[in-house]
Amino acid sequence: MSEMHVKQPKGVKLDHISKIYQDPKTKKDFYAVHDVELDIAPGSFVTLLGPSGCGKTTTLRMIAGFESPDEGEIYLGGEPINELTPNKRDTAMVFQSYALFPHYNVFDNVAYGLKLRKVPRDEIRTRVERILKLVELSGMEQRMTNQLSGGQQQRVALARALVVEPGVLLFDEPLSNLDAKLRVQMRTEIRRIQQALGITAVYVTHDQSEAMAISDQIILMKQGVIAQMGSPTEIYYRPNSEFVADFIGECNFLHGKISGNAEKGCIVALEAGKVAVQTEKSRKVGEDCEIVLRPEAITIGEQGLLPCTVELSCFMGSYQNYHVRVGSELVKITDNCPLNKKVFREGEQAMISFDPACAHLL
Amino acid sequence: MAGTQGRDLDRKKLMADPIMMTTIVVLIAFLTLFILYPLAILLVDSMFGSSGFTLDTFRRVLAMASFRTAIGNTMKIGLLVGVLSTAIGLLFAYVEVYVRMRRFTGGLFRLISMLPVVSPPFVLSLSMIMLFGKAGLITRFLLGIYDNNVYGYWGIVIVQTMTFFPVCYMMLRGLLKNIDPSLEEASRDMGASRMKVFTSVTLPLLLPGLGNAFLVTFIESIADFANPMIIGGSYDTLATSIYLQITGAMDKEGAAAMAVVLLVITLGMFAVQKYYLEAKTAATLTGKASRGRMLIEDSSVRIPLTILCSLVAVFVIAMYLCVPIGALFPTWGYKFTPLTFKWFEQVFTKYRGLQAFRDSFVLSLIASPITALLSMIISYLVVKKKFKAKGFIEAVSILAMAVPGTVLGVGYIRGFAGGLFHSGFLSGIYGTGLILVIVFIVRSLPTGTRSGISALRQIDKSIEESAYDMGANSLKVFTSVTLPLIKDSFLSGLVTAFVRSITAISAIILLVTPSYLLITVQINEFAEKGAFSIACAFATILILITYGAVLLMNLFIRFFGTSRTQREET
Repeated sequence: MSEMHVKQPKGVKLDHISKIYQDPKTKKDFYAVHDVELDIAPGSFVTLLGPSGCGKTTTLRMIAGFESPDEGEIYLGGEPINELTPNKRDTAMVFQSYALFPHYNVFDNVAYGLKLRKVPRDEIRTRVERILKLVELSGMEQRMTNQLSGGQQQRVALARALVVEPGVLLFDEPLSNLDAKLRVQMRTEIRRIQQALGITAVYVTHDQSEAMAISDQIILMKQGVIAQMGSPTEIYYRPNSEFVADFIGECNFLHGKISGNAEKGCIVALEAGKVAVQTEKSRKVGEDCEIVLRPEAITIGEQGLLPCTVELSCFMGSYQNYHVRVGSELVKITDNCPLNKKVFREGEQAMISFDPACAHLL
Repeated sequence: MAGTQGRDLDRKKLMADPIMMTTIVVLIAFLTLFILYPLAILLVDSMFGSSGFTLDTFRRVLAMASFRTAIGNTMKIGLLVGVLSTAIGLLFAYVEVYVRMRRFTGGLFRLISMLPVVSPPFVLSLSMIMLFGKAGLITRFLLGIYDNNVYGYWGIVIVQTMTFFPVCYMMLRGLLKNIDPSLEEASRDMGASRMKVFTSVTLPLLLPGLGNAFLVTFIESIADFANPMIIGGSYDTLATSIYLQITGAMDKEGAAAMAVVLLVITLGMFAVQKYYLEAKTAATLTGKASRGRMLIEDSSVRIPLTILCSLVAVFVIAMYLCVPIGALFPTWGYKFTPLTFKWFEQVFTKYRGLQAFRDSFVLSLIASPITALLSMIISYLVVKKKFKAKGFIEAVSILAMAVPGTVLGVGYIRGFAGGLFHSGFLSGIYGTGLILVIVFIVRSLPTGTRSGISALRQIDKSIEESAYDMGANSLKVFTSVTLPLIKDSFLSGLVTAFVRSITAISAIILLVTPSYLLITVQINEFAEKGAFSIACAFATILILITYGAVLLMNLFIRFFGTSRTQREET
């Protein structure tokens, strides 16, 4: 694999990009993508994440050139590319439906881009073979695409995009047609190959766990605008809004007021009692606030910070799932490896507690 | 609001693609010149006299009692033919989709759906006269009726119904197959009888489809020229009146006005069918049936339905068979033995058959690949590309479907005989083989485009996008990805265009000059003169040619078409 080398990966810059569509029913224009500013470093793996209709795919298709931005300019490797047609852009896309050419076999599918680039025949052969080896499809050159499993088709699509050594590799929800197990396996593969080749990748998905597993950087979008961007850990543990916190994993929100500032954070007065939360900045006393707590960051036991009533207790295999009432608020808890712990039953009283460093204040 | 930059960029990207730009410009020019312009000139001609705007021509035409009768006649025929064809089509479709059939009946059904494709439009009129006319085989020799009159209203209705019901059958078959069997099973499960299931579930779901089939037949019927011409007798329809107004009365303005009347009627019907019923049909019947349907095995249902259908089918097939057989009798109606090939010989020795077949064959052969390619390009642009003139291209090529051949013929006479806008420019193409080829193309373009569009819609957009993304330009995408994927549809478009061209008559008969002999025109002439045997001989050879073309296509698709392994998945 070390012999594979990609020509210099390129960075992508979106300079205040917007895309306007017309609602087919109301005939009103709306922003599908609004003022998106983004700088993707060469060689990094960036994921556009968000619910359907958030503009992530539109953004990706603008980078590929299938859609034209209504405002702003797109740069690839420092060059403005707004006016370039997709075939003139140094991008290669892996499509959601794979988009393999059904009338070609595996070899011809992968070789397609190289033939267009008038690469000599011998070189095509070696490059295709090398890339098929990388995606672990050696020996399948002569298969027709419909004789392949979903995962294999996915690999062919990936090989076809990789073999032309694009400046940036684009993924449009490439794993959504695979079953859950294969999805996990393939995303590890994609990450491995991207790392091995040092290629720039922009990846679109609505699956938050996929985004976390695969990315250097996540850009979470909502209704055409960027809601938050950052590393997977930042996004997960330091969400900047209720939307982000809720979209990335399950989340509890405890409403309260700032009652004081401590050395490394704030004291928050909740309905059920006072708790400490770590923050970077101090907050104004008396202000309304929300504590963001991941279900796995909470522990339940005889002792703790806040009293609660168990409303649901359900064995899920790897964890015990609780819904407890704290004051008037519902809190979800996942208690891992419940086998030799006390398991609370519905209606029982218990205490919950959490590490101030694992809570986040909004 | 903004959005202009995106449009500008889209336009710039389009401009950066000279092949596509040229294609689009050429297409627009072709469609405007050969479809829109001839129709527009009809309007202009019939509304602008020497003293400016006037409706006098319309008033004059509408004042003719014969023309008013023709309108009434046409509507009466269209209505009845529409209803009958839809009903018979529904019966056939229902039996095929719902009832378990023997292999023999299945074969009959396939033949029925195939015959109207390969046969020239007026073959049934010929055999109708030969079987049921004054000297008809059945009327005179079997029943001993000596004064049966097949000419006129009933003759046209019967012949048109038999010609058009297979179209309804195939349309409705597609729809019935799309009904999810669980809907009917649910109804049956709740206690409905089979009849009740049909009336309360199947029929309501099918209703827009039935309306659709009815209107399509209606349009076909009122646009039909050949059958009323041969079997209509003195019973004039709009299409024949227009023809007679030009060839008999030499009144070109009047014919133009009449053509406008006919065009308005068909376009109106077409608009309802296209934009109202088709959308509704699609809305009620979406997706594919999830499971196979339990076929009806119950003899009390199966036997009567199969027998009924088989009788109709056998009758129709016998009508078609009558033509080649008729060409073998020494004298139709008087002398039946010994069978002879003398009519076939005479076709070539006495009636310049060779030239007729050569002219028809060569002109159709030139027209069909152009038509097939053009319709594939149009469908590609319409389905896969976005640009400003797309709506125009789609609308005009589909609109041509609703234009009766006679109307188009009159439009070409008015539009090109004196050159563009009677200026003398381009008048050179009038009367040449070129204009015949163009008419062939325009007449087959809508069907080709429609089937091309539906074939292309099946192909995931991202397949072409990925080729584009890998660096292929539009031409390369079209030739390396699109065309190979719709090879079958392209081939069948090619053959359909060929068959339609070589059997065309309605527009052609108005435009052909003595320097070209066309088979269909010849057949029409002989049938008019009552020389049925020679007409049959011509028609038989024509059917053999078209059938041969279809066979060739099927062979070709089997060996060079989409490979079997590829097809399995879809």
